[in-house]
Amino acid sequence: MSALTQLAEELVKGKIKVVDLTETLSPEFPYISLPPEMGQAWPFRIEEVSHYDDRGPAWYWNNFSCGEHTGTHFDAPIHWVSGKDLPNNSVDTIQPERFIGPAFVVDCSKESAADPDFLLTKPFLLDWEKKHGRISPRSWVLMRTDWSKKSADPEAYQNYDETGQHTPGPDTDAVRFLVEERDIVGFGTESIGTDAGQAYHLRPPYPCHYYMHGAGRYGLQCLKNLDQLPPTGAIVLAAPLKIRNGSGSPLRVLALVESK
Amino acid sequence: MLERPKRKNPVLRTRLPTLPPGARSRVALGLTAAAALGRFELQQCRDCGTVQYPPREACQKCLSIRLEWKPQPTEGELLSDTVLHHSNDLFFRERLPWRLGLVKLDCGPTVVAHLHERVAQAPRRVVVAAKLDRAGQAVLVALPNGSTPQEADMAEDRQLREFTCDPKFRKVLVTDGKTALGQAIVKTLAAAGADLIWVGHSEPWKKFAGFDELKAIAQVTLLPLDVTDSKNVKEVAAEIGGKVDILVNNAEYHRTHSISSRYGVDAARAEMDVNYFGLLRLAQEFGPAMRGRGADGLASAVAWVNVLSIYALANFPPHGTFSASKAAAHSLSQCLRAEMRPAGVRVINVFPGPIDDEWNQLLPPPKVTPAGLSSAIVKALREGVEDVYPGDVAQEWLARWRDNPKALEKELST
Repeated sequence: MSALTQLAEELVKGKIKVVDLTETLSPEFPYISLPPEMGQAWPFRIEEVSHYDDRGPAWYWNNFSCGEHTGTHFDAPIHWVSGKDLPNNSVDTIQPERFIGPAFVVDCSKESAADPDFLLTKPFLLDWEKKHGRISPRSWVLMRTDWSKKSADPEAYQNYDETGQHTPGPDTDAVRFLVEERDIVGFGTESIGTDAGQAYHLRPPYPCHYYMHGAGRYGLQCLKNLDQLPPTGAIVLAAPLKIRNGSGSPLRVLALVESK
Repeated sequence: MLERPKRKNPVLRTRLPTLPPGARSRVALGLTAAAALGRFELQQCRDCGTVQYPPREACQKCLSIRLEWKPQPTEGELLSDTVLHHSNDLFFRERLPWRLGLVKLDCGPTVVAHLHERVAQAPRRVVVAAKLDRAGQAVLVALPNGSTPQEADMAEDRQLREFTCDPKFRKVLVTDGKTALGQAIVKTLAAAGADLIWVGHSEPWKKFAGFDELKAIAQVTLLPLDVTDSKNVKEVAAEIGGKVDILVNNAEYHRTHSISSRYGVDAARAEMDVNYFGLLRLAQEFGPAMRGRGADGLASAVAWVNVLSIYALANFPPHGTFSASKAAAHSLSQCLRAEMRPAGVRVINVFPGPIDDEWNQLLPPPKVTPAGLSSAIVKALREGVEDVYPGDVAQEWLARWRDNPKALEKELST
């Protein structure tokens, strides 16, 4: 039996489950905030075109607007200055096979609950590999923090205080290790950025954006349901919209997981 | 003193609004135009100096057509007074008895005026003021001698309350509580006796300066409100729209750009989205419910306040895109005024000069303080004017604009 036939059969039988890693796009969902004098990404907004009414008697549909980096979204290398001159660096030119890959899920939920500024380090990753095996090339590394469980409460999800945002993320060495020594395809998080809330103060600022995109790798953020994935063995499907020269896009992220 | 109205029985029918007679000749609208600004002006002949009322096309004394509207002294003598016990006009029929009088103004003409209850029987000295009635047209009221409209406290007078939009006993929505201006408006309304004040705040995850102080005000209920989100505006209107008596739309997006100082349309678009489309969304969602409650007792739906900008009259190029968004909002507010008029709900446009806030940091004084502006808004509600120009800059621009709009444009472009 071919691998795809077997996949199809096991999907039908429910032996392979599909887990939705996507937040619902809605106007209430928190969005990134920059200093007010800078350009701003649009939040998700939706307006009715018609609703079986005088504007369109038999049909219902909406217009929506949002930035490329709204809701659960994909970051392409062109998003960051370090990746601006790479080949195939925008969502329309990335090779499609890159959108599908194995997922290594690093559970940092206890650490993030104890410290919202938790930084994932290289020693933490090496320790994780001792338990779960080596992270393979072309894979997605997903940082599970259970932060998405706060998403119904935008205040807790954004977690601002007078010094800015406090959300977990990777430190500089962890990012370089994953890119340079493990050759991963991308890094995913449950909070609003792939970088920590306070990553502006790391060196360089926003190291995950700087090194991932500088090496032609991708980012996924605002993921959810990472607690339903095994540490290893899941497959992630994360294909962004094909926007010409797009720096990213909202997308539906799915994971295939084998039932026990 | 008016007593606090009883709580509304929610199963009783809400009476439909009626209006006092609203037809005026074009020349008579001169009285309304002045009253809209809180001024008392009558026609005066340039040739013989006669002051006349009611307004006419020609001077009643010398037949000259060289007439102009000029501010006039407000003092006069109440010659006679009477109480109306019957009227075929629906508006007055519902409000009988109604007391009127004839006042001989010191400047000449004798006028019919609505009487304040503290004006005792004729003959006696009174002060006359021009006020907008529920139809949005000027009428004359006689106040106790020596008192300004503020001192006369028209909102406490059963008859004259009809000409005011006093926040006392009323429920108010202030669309943005995150700014110093929004917070000043809330405090001034609370001090003026507003019963309930809903205060909108966008991006509820960002705690703002003054949040705790605002929350501590007994009448205040904070609610997430983002005028750029149609769904949110619709839901908030569904929740509270049927109770809002006064809506103060102070939500504003202000960036300090001309066409060439900022590449792209993002900031200009955000300004339009809040300042223009925000008003449109609010008007579509809150307008119908407020129109339905124009005659809902002593605490009826009564006013809609838009905080615009003096830049709505003429573009201030350093803040060029902001000016354009406020001009758009001004135009839409005229449409709103026309649509709210049948319900007797007054639309008050406030055209402040630069406010002393973050986005006017580099503009030199004089700047309008949040407290000064919020006092001007509540004063406008109390005194029943329609257009307010708070601050020295606004007053000066208004004078220059009324004198010669083209000259003001040229002055601003250099």
